[in-house]
Amino acid sequence: MPDAIRTIIQEHGRMPVDVSTLPDDADLYAAGMTSHASVNVMLALEDAFDIEFPDHMLKRSVFESFAEIRAALEELGAGAPA
Amino acid sequence: MSVLAPPEQAFLTEIRRIADEVAAPHAIEVDREARFPAETVQALRDVGALAAFVPAELGGGGVSFEALAAACFELGRRCGASAMVFAMHQIQVVTIVRHLDAGSWFEGYLRELTSEQRLIASVTSEVGTGGDMGRSVAAVTPAGEGTVSFEKQAPTVSYGTFADDLLTTLRRAPDADGGDQVLALTARGQHELETTGTWDPLGMRGTCSPGGVLRATLPAEQILATPFPAISAESMVPVSHILWSHLWLGIATDAFDRARAFVRASAKQKPGQPLPAATRLSHLMSELSMLRAEVSSGLREFCEASDTPGRERLSTMAAALRFNNLKLSASDQAPRVCQGALGVTGIVGFKNDTPFSVGRHLRDTMSACLMVANERIHETNASLLLIAKDV
Repeated sequence: MPDAIRTIIQEHGRMPVDVSTLPDDADLYAAGMTSHASVNVMLALEDAFDIEFPDHMLKRSVFESFAEIRAALEELGAGAPA
Repeated sequence: MSVLAPPEQAFLTEIRRIADEVAAPHAIEVDREARFPAETVQALRDVGALAAFVPAELGGGGVSFEALAAACFELGRRCGASAMVFAMHQIQVVTIVRHLDAGSWFEGYLRELTSEQRLIASVTSEVGTGGDMGRSVAAVTPAGEGTVSFEKQAPTVSYGTFADDLLTTLRRAPDADGGDQVLALTARGQHELETTGTWDPLGMRGTCSPGGVLRATLPAEQILATPFPAISAESMVPVSHILWSHLWLGIATDAFDRARAFVRASAKQKPGQPLPAATRLSHLMSELSMLRAEVSSGLREFCEASDTPGRERLSTMAAALRFNNLKLSASDQAPRVCQGALGVTGIVGFKNDTPFSVGRHLRDTMSACLMVANERIHETNASLLLIAKDV
């Protein structure tokens, strides 16, 4: 799962830095992910893992780092990318 | 609106008095001369209204957010520019109060704001960001001995030269991303605001908002610890949209009241005769009701969401959509009501020197769609709608 999350952020996060250099708990927003790009990341995660983020999880803190995203996906029972 | 406690009723009684006795008699001149509503701001200072929202334990008025919103409405009925200055100051105060860390420099600052009735303006817009408040170019730059400095080019700074203090968005550090922002407060003496533009706009003329270059050096402790993105989502954006929409409703309500007074006067002149303006007034009342309903439900939902633990609900996309929508609908609807009032009053309302004039109301409310451009907010909403579920 961690690699799949990184791949999605690499493809959809429009980050000004190389995603592979960021640690697991790096603040993705501080590293340059815009709110607009984060929406595309969320859509791609929903698609790849075949889940839907409920409204209470759709907030900045849930998508702030690889670790937070992984925790959210685990909470939703996501397995390997569909 | 919830029932207000007696001290808050006393606060609103004072605000209504200032609106009627100070703001109203100067409103035409403030508008015509595009000058700062100095008398109104002084009267607000005299009753301690600039610190109305500062908690009582820090010496302030300790009134509720609902009372503050009602005050914006009351001032808006008499002078849109006075109401906007009051609202913009209160947005900064509410933001500081809601993100106050115990023992921080800002606690002492709020005490000073209260005792000296200091007026705060904000410097959030910036040249080169395309109108996106969520990004900055100017950066907090270390200047030695615990101080930092910055220089910011702002396309508009409302009443900046009349304010005692400025609250400014900046990048956290010279190497920080544009979205990694903080808020810094500088007092007169710590900053220099060089006005770069002129100020001769269509409406809200008394807000005196030309552009400027702001240069400041300040102790690092005058930067709020909470990162701006959280401040923005939990406080600054929804609070701005709620207080602005209350004063726009105030302006629209006065335009409606003038239209109603016009119809009553006409009915008295021609008793028993058909009165097309009366039917138009009825249509106008439905338009005003829609605006009023949206504004009051926006306030209620914000207060409920503020009470959730950690203000969880305010940081969701659903909340961002909700309070963006309040701004969009209120800023569209308020000038529509004013134009409707012009439709009722006709040439008498079109003229600037009758008791039924609504030209200033229409012009003032036309600024609403520009205060953070509606199209930019629609773009944000369009993106959020792709992913939000229960809106």
